[in-house]
Amino acid sequence: MVSPSYYLTLSAILFGLGVIGFLFKRNIITLFMSIELMLNAVNLAFVTFSRQWGELSGQVYVFFVIIVAAAEAAVGLAIILLLARNRQTLNVERINLLKL
Amino acid sequence: MVEQFTFYFFAALAVISAVLVVTVRNAVYSAVFLITTLLATAGIFLQLRAEFLFVVQIILYVGGIMVLFVFVVMLVDLDVALRQVQFNRQKWVALLVVLAVAGQLVFALALGSEALGLPAAAPESLEPNTESVGLRLFESYMLPFEIASILLLVAMIGAVLLGKRQKPPRSEA
Repeated sequence: MVSPSYYLTLSAILFGLGVIGFLFKRNIITLFMSIELMLNAVNLAFVTFSRQWGELSGQVYVFFVIIVAAAEAAVGLAIILLLARNRQTLNVERINLLKL
Repeated sequence: MVEQFTFYFFAALAVISAVLVVTVRNAVYSAVFLITTLLATAGIFLQLRAEFLFVVQIILYVGGIMVLFVFVVMLVDLDVALRQVQFNRQKWVALLVVLAVAGQLVFALALGSEALGLPAAAPESLEPNTESVGLRLFESYMLPFEIASILLLVAMIGAVLLGKRQKPPRSEA
């Protein structure tokens, strides 16, 4: 039986890597991937606590988090396509206007 | 013993590929390593006896979202992005924020699992997993479930509208 703190440590490491990627990278697609990484780490913590408490609600929440991630990825990637088409760049430092 | 071995295997796989997601230059490689991380997490879900989420993770995340990512990477012109500088100029601010987050996490973990007030694991109550999650989803979480489906519909319509090429405005002669 692996102790729950091991799973939580893994979750924290993955979340930290997501934060690093989000703050340091410039390519907007990689930023999106870092967000997915963070969501994934949070899901891992949810499942760990759900197992530890013997409570299913945590797993249901993870299901909803995955649904929201899917919706976010669909809309976000459409926006990225528009940006790439209209601005010819994926660098977030160049994308500083809401107006296309 | 076997359990610990599988945990360390999946954890190492997840962490190494997550590091590569952040450090690799090419976005296609990043996507592939992110898929590896998600699969390793799916393995850990299985080890935590969340079979339903294991399947959902593979079908929805790896099969759905990541395919979407790879499609977008294909559609977008990456040659321009590859030649640009990959990392931000605000290095020190970013480093400060990362250190703050890491410090909080380390502090929370140093308090140990006793500080969380966790009970000893209750392994038997979650079986059979898929059936109980389904029942829970359609009994207590019926309304959020419906809202989630509406959210997916709205996201789909929005993505289609955004992705549509605008026709040139008709000239009124």
